[in-house]
Amino acid sequence: MKLLLKGGRIIDPAQNVDLVGDVLVQDGRIAKVGGQIDPGDAEVLEARGLVVAPGLIDLHTHLREPGLEAKEDIGSGTRAAAAGGFTTICCMPNTRPVIDNAVLVAGVTQRAGLEGAVNVRVIGALTKGQEGKELAEIGDMIAAGAVALSDDGHFVESARIFRTGLEYAGMFDGVVVSHAEDESLAGDGYMHEGAVSAALGLRGRPAVSEDIAVARDVMLAEYTGALLHIAHVSTLGAVEIIRQAKRRGVRVTAEVTPHHLTLTDEAVLGFDPAAKVHPPLRSGEHVEALLAGLKDGTLDVIATDHAPHAFEEKDVEFRYAPSGFAGLETALGVVLTELYHTGKFTLPELIDRMAAAPARVFGLEGGTLKPGAPADITLFDPNQEWRVDSSLFYTRGKCTPFAGKSLKGKAVATIVGGRVVMKNGEVRA
Amino acid sequence: MTKAQVSLRGKDILGLRTMSVPEIELILDTAREMKHIIDRDIKKVPTLRGKSVVNLFFEPSTRTRTSFELAGKYLGADVVNITTSASSVVKGESLRDTLLTVEAMGVDIIVMRHEAEGSAHFAAKAVKPVIINAGDGAHEHPTQGLLDLFTVKEKKGSIAGLQVAIIGDILHSRVARSNIWGLQKLGAQVRVAGPRTLLPRDIEQMGVKVYDRVEPALEGADVVNILRLQRERQQKGLFPTAREYARIFGINPQRLALAQPDALVMHPGPMNRGLEISPEVAYSEQSAIQEQVKNGLAVRMALLFLVLMGGTKIETTA
Repeated sequence: MKLLLKGGRIIDPAQNVDLVGDVLVQDGRIAKVGGQIDPGDAEVLEARGLVVAPGLIDLHTHLREPGLEAKEDIGSGTRAAAAGGFTTICCMPNTRPVIDNAVLVAGVTQRAGLEGAVNVRVIGALTKGQEGKELAEIGDMIAAGAVALSDDGHFVESARIFRTGLEYAGMFDGVVVSHAEDESLAGDGYMHEGAVSAALGLRGRPAVSEDIAVARDVMLAEYTGALLHIAHVSTLGAVEIIRQAKRRGVRVTAEVTPHHLTLTDEAVLGFDPAAKVHPPLRSGEHVEALLAGLKDGTLDVIATDHAPHAFEEKDVEFRYAPSGFAGLETALGVVLTELYHTGKFTLPELIDRMAAAPARVFGLEGGTLKPGAPADITLFDPNQEWRVDSSLFYTRGKCTPFAGKSLKGKAVATIVGGRVVMKNGEVRA
Repeated sequence: MTKAQVSLRGKDILGLRTMSVPEIELILDTAREMKHIIDRDIKKVPTLRGKSVVNLFFEPSTRTRTSFELAGKYLGADVVNITTSASSVVKGESLRDTLLTVEAMGVDIIVMRHEAEGSAHFAAKAVKPVIINAGDGAHEHPTQGLLDLFTVKEKKGSIAGLQVAIIGDILHSRVARSNIWGLQKLGAQVRVAGPRTLLPRDIEQMGVKVYDRVEPALEGADVVNILRLQRERQQKGLFPTAREYARIFGINPQRLALAQPDALVMHPGPMNRGLEISPEVAYSEQSAIQEQVKNGLAVRMALLFLVLMGGTKIETTA
């Protein structure tokens, strides 16, 4: 089986490639890149005017399976990923039951192989039941294919447990992903603490609660020498702490979401539950710091934190709504609109943050168009204009703070292992 | 926009932050006329005959609910009270479904009180009847804000240029927020004071002067609005004891003497006498606390009238 992508702008940050030409895919792998390639018996996909990029990789997806299928399941979540241009997603373990043992890691991986439209890699829980008390069977889960360990959704309150988790996971070169918000400070808050929360009377989750948690985790990573990845960084202070840690050689990486990069706490002014997320949307100074951190490499990765919820769960008073919303189908459009078309980032920079860097951080195959690499490829039109209509989403989570927004830039085709799983917004798997 | 052009017909009353000055003035002017009705021997007028008002209260309330009930009844509307202490989450029926049920019965106005901030906004988007926010969490209590404005204006003649001190638990107070927006829109300067643990961070960005001692906030004040201190805040560890609160932040005659000699004393009620306010202050010549209750009725009558009828001409013949 051969596939020829004809005449696109090939951008592969991992190899410093940015040229117009053809890409030949054969037997699920990249065969040849650049120049004019004779199609022969290959199926031809016209890519003129499109960007041909290594498939986007999301390090932070909630697939909700097992147990929370009213929010999402592997089928709907991976189709959403394909629609959004993602070829690999890493799913978080805060399911019911929590993915905290090898059988569950293997089970989700197997089901994803059968039902998934894109590649799914599983993140195992750091502690049993994500309760923060005893370590989960980390070695076993890594042997079963877990790509990282996380109690995402919860901060590991005990510094002792977190230290032990880092050390233990470190034996297997396992990356520990931290949801860094000190719950004793943030726990009963609903939004960023600042001028907007003061005006609305909503209890705040202060930025310092994240700064403290990130500082603690970074210090423990430095002390243990283990690999730490900070999920969804949202504060100026956290960016600065990570920046300094990286300068000292601490093995820490970090991600930031499209919503934290582009929205502020003013999105909460109308009490729309779609704007409720943890960590919360912050004020402008934080957004500026996140953009600077993403630019200088302090923040390695853009990750979606795709966190779908059922309609009835989000259709309630702001306080009672669960935090999080769908992100896979808006991520690329939001990033291109707000970061590329505004001149803040180049396309190679953004493809690095959404494909090459995620592969590097979790040590995944892919993230490049190098011959021999898996043929996971995203074709996108950076200039296609579209309007976010969540009723058309593949995800079950229709709630998004970007609803109704006009965006510029959209995935046109998603290729996984040489197979076209999405074309012109239509998912075929 | 002048007062003549402004109309509140069909408009949800969610808060004072988003209300325009002409709208506020229209309500205050209409309330002045309504107040005459309250003093009559026979109070009932037929203005809202055939209209229905539902008081949908998810939190216990005596004065606000009674005030709305009488306001509706004096104007001839049918008023029904639904009081449910449990939140919608506990009860199992969603707020949307409760509202849709009430809407299906053909009501014209839903007066709603709810513990969650933004619940009135939610209701306004969910159903067609006019929503009047009777308090949503710590967000706003617009009718209390309006009755406080009315009281200040009645006693002081005008609001512009006045120094108003709001004292107490600003963090959890919907009354404080509605007062801050309303007073500033009408040209007053607002100071807030209370323990630092009960002042929201960045509150100064609402345009107020912030003090963590009552004395400087009281100095030269024309109006002193004292908030109720919820005793639960002590259990949450936001201040050590009621005794210490009363000693440091309670308004007594000595402290009140720092304000203008004719400073107006207000309190939204219910009072904790001896805690945030001393009895001598509560029952002093300067106190407008009883008058606030009466004005609340007038303001709520005005609102019910304006959102349903839209105009300013009131049919007052019984």
